[in-house]
Amino acid sequence: MAEATFRVFRGDKNGGEEVEYTVPVTEGMVVLDVIHHIQGYTDPDLACRWNCKAAKCGSCSAEVNGKPSLMCKTRLDHLPLDRPVTVHPLKAFPVIKDLATDVSWNFEVNKKIKPFTPKPDTDWVMYQPDVERAQEFRKCIECFLCQNVCHVLREHDKHDNFIGPRFLVRVASLEMHPLDNGNRLEYLKDEAGIALCNITKCCTEACPEEIHITDNSIIPLKERVVDEYYDPLMRLLRKFFGKK
Amino acid sequence: MEKFETHEYDVIIIGAGGAGLRAAIEASNKGCSTAIVCKSLLGKAHTVMAEGGVAAAMGNMEGEDNWKTHFCDTIRGGKFMNNWRMAELHAKEAPDRIRELEQWGAVFDRTPEGKINQRPFGGHTHKRLCHVGDRTGLELIRTLQDKGVHSGIDVYMECTVSQLLKDGEKVSGALAYWRETGRFVVFKAKAIIICTGGLGRAYKITSNSWECTGDGIGLAYEAGAELLDAEFVQFHPTGMVWPPGVQGILVTEAVRGEGGILRNSEGFRIMEKYDPERMELSTRDVVAKAIYHEVKGGRGSEHGGMYLDISHRPAEYIKKKLPSMYMQFMELADVDITKGPMEVGPTTHYTMGGIRVEPETAATRVPGLYAGGEAAAGMHGANRLGGNSLSDLLVFGRRAGLSAAEHAQGLSAAPTVDAGQIEDAANSALEPFNSKEGDDPYAIHRDLQDNMQDYVGIMRSEDDLKKGIDGLEQIKQRLKTVRTDGSRPFNPGWHLALELRAMVVISEAIARGALQRKESRGAHTRLDYPETDAETYGKINSIAAKSGKDMDVSTAPLPQMPDELKKLLEDK
Repeated sequence: MAEATFRVFRGDKNGGEEVEYTVPVTEGMVVLDVIHHIQGYTDPDLACRWNCKAAKCGSCSAEVNGKPSLMCKTRLDHLPLDRPVTVHPLKAFPVIKDLATDVSWNFEVNKKIKPFTPKPDTDWVMYQPDVERAQEFRKCIECFLCQNVCHVLREHDKHDNFIGPRFLVRVASLEMHPLDNGNRLEYLKDEAGIALCNITKCCTEACPEEIHITDNSIIPLKERVVDEYYDPLMRLLRKFFGKK
Repeated sequence: MEKFETHEYDVIIIGAGGAGLRAAIEASNKGCSTAIVCKSLLGKAHTVMAEGGVAAAMGNMEGEDNWKTHFCDTIRGGKFMNNWRMAELHAKEAPDRIRELEQWGAVFDRTPEGKINQRPFGGHTHKRLCHVGDRTGLELIRTLQDKGVHSGIDVYMECTVSQLLKDGEKVSGALAYWRETGRFVVFKAKAIIICTGGLGRAYKITSNSWECTGDGIGLAYEAGAELLDAEFVQFHPTGMVWPPGVQGILVTEAVRGEGGILRNSEGFRIMEKYDPERMELSTRDVVAKAIYHEVKGGRGSEHGGMYLDISHRPAEYIKKKLPSMYMQFMELADVDITKGPMEVGPTTHYTMGGIRVEPETAATRVPGLYAGGEAAAGMHGANRLGGNSLSDLLVFGRRAGLSAAEHAQGLSAAPTVDAGQIEDAANSALEPFNSKEGDDPYAIHRDLQDNMQDYVGIMRSEDDLKKGIDGLEQIKQRLKTVRTDGSRPFNPGWHLALELRAMVVISEAIARGALQRKESRGAHTRLDYPETDAETYGKINSIAAKSGKDMDVSTAPLPQMPDELKKLLEDK
């Protein structure tokens, strides 16, 4: 039977190192199968998160050969197996143990986003073309790969000033809900730090759900913020005609 | 001994899937201090994998749908083994629960008139499943999650309950451990609701995520609750069969709802033989057995399944209505479902059995202990209809939250937690670290899965079931000395060693319930008793309860529905 060599990060917040494992390769195998094989036959205390193994829950995010990926979707036959494959935890979050990182910051951010606020006296009639924009954003499985590749978070560590692509997508899903009446523009400008995004589209490339994060959510939100706070013409118009 | 971190609440919910979140929202809304304790991150529970839709007689597509038809479909699909009152409440309340979700921000697919779109599904007379493409569970859990975090509920994520605590007969709290650190945490509570879902991981081929190890069912059993009808385990007819690593992953019934056709290796449309009236939209028990017989008869697909073909529908339509199926087959199996058939076969999917509860209040027989969702039993009888699970979560999650809140508010004083009990529970949880000679939990788990798959699977017989029960006895013995290597922080081997305790309990209840039920009904098929026995077994539920150290398996009379409901079933 064919074999492959993996170098998996083992360690915790105090540091760690790659540990080498050789595993048998079967047809259609994915990286998560490799991790399970290591747990089942070699190191039962190898820590990693996973739930569905079908790319629906977004738990098994890791960096495979340096590329942020869902391990359940990364097939071995798409990797060069003539050399060792490396598996590391997400870089933008602190390591708990091995491949498990502390992503609790994301859940704190989410709490601060103004929830869905329906228009008063709505009849709850919505048409498919109108809901599709919000539906695209609601596909998000919260794998946090976009957060992981966003250089504002990954390189510059601006977790206190910027909510990251995942939560800009979340805000977009609310702002573009046909029956939402909440106003999140001030939040976007100040707390969410939307201006820090300079549209390098790394998040869009990393998204396993193929959400057009930059084009469909971040850019339209940026435009709304600009219209509201920075556009002199709009300001003038508002002054004469009152708020839209 | 370490000093335990302790928290106190009116109501604790174990599990953060649809039922747990809905229960927590309700309890909190009633003014109770409420916490959810869940073993994964919030939003990752197995509900997220529900695909096809949530059943509710909204009548958006065809005006004549109503609760009575939904009730009749559910009872017929459950082969008359359902708790009639639960089926009635479910059918009546589901539409309100859907409207409520929409008001909390869920964005369902729409009809041309702007109403919630509904699709056909197996066993449902009308188009009844509200859906969002094929990712309805994600929509449901995200909506409840976002509603929940703004409802003042505390969430203890990646925190696993290992034992319930009691004050005399009453439930008084729970001992849990943080997965991250391995340290214990004590929860004091006036009421506890178990919403821990199913047990598919006891089987080798399953659509269930790692979490589905029957934890809450095991906790309730150990605390004195009864288990009901454990033998009814649903094998979903369409799981992936190839490649090996993805075996068992769900292929949504929505593929058939959208017109998918099942064919054998000879190109024959198999449901013409097994249910010519409903064809592919027959109930899951019938379709699963049809596939089993075709494969057994030598007419299986290349890798031992059936061919499921939707490629006659336009490619754009498939990508829109079944996007995650398209992606799943493209990326994991190199199959383009817009161009050719998928290979599918039965996979362990859902337990109709579980914790016995009062139909209206979701109360177990242990005061203060409630159960909702898949962990609770009765609603679905011998076979669950697709789409009735998500609606079950909402209807009975809410009811469990409501009754737990009332119970908590009715107590004059909080129950006390006993320090000795906590110490014992903690010591018990740490036993695997003290074992030096025992087996590795992964090895025991593999043997359990093989044992259940081989002897307590889709087709059963007395000989096989007895072998399965013998096998379980050996596994129980090995589990006593299960060994965990490494240390307490984030140690999956240790977690599995503790999860095996619940899996063994529920496995035994399934096997012994199956041995006791000498008939075939719904998802429970006995090769040695192929007929449905309305006279004897049609009138009894199976009960499993702890008696001393052993499991006592017995029967209880099936509650009989009132005449006006009986008449509904006769009318059609």
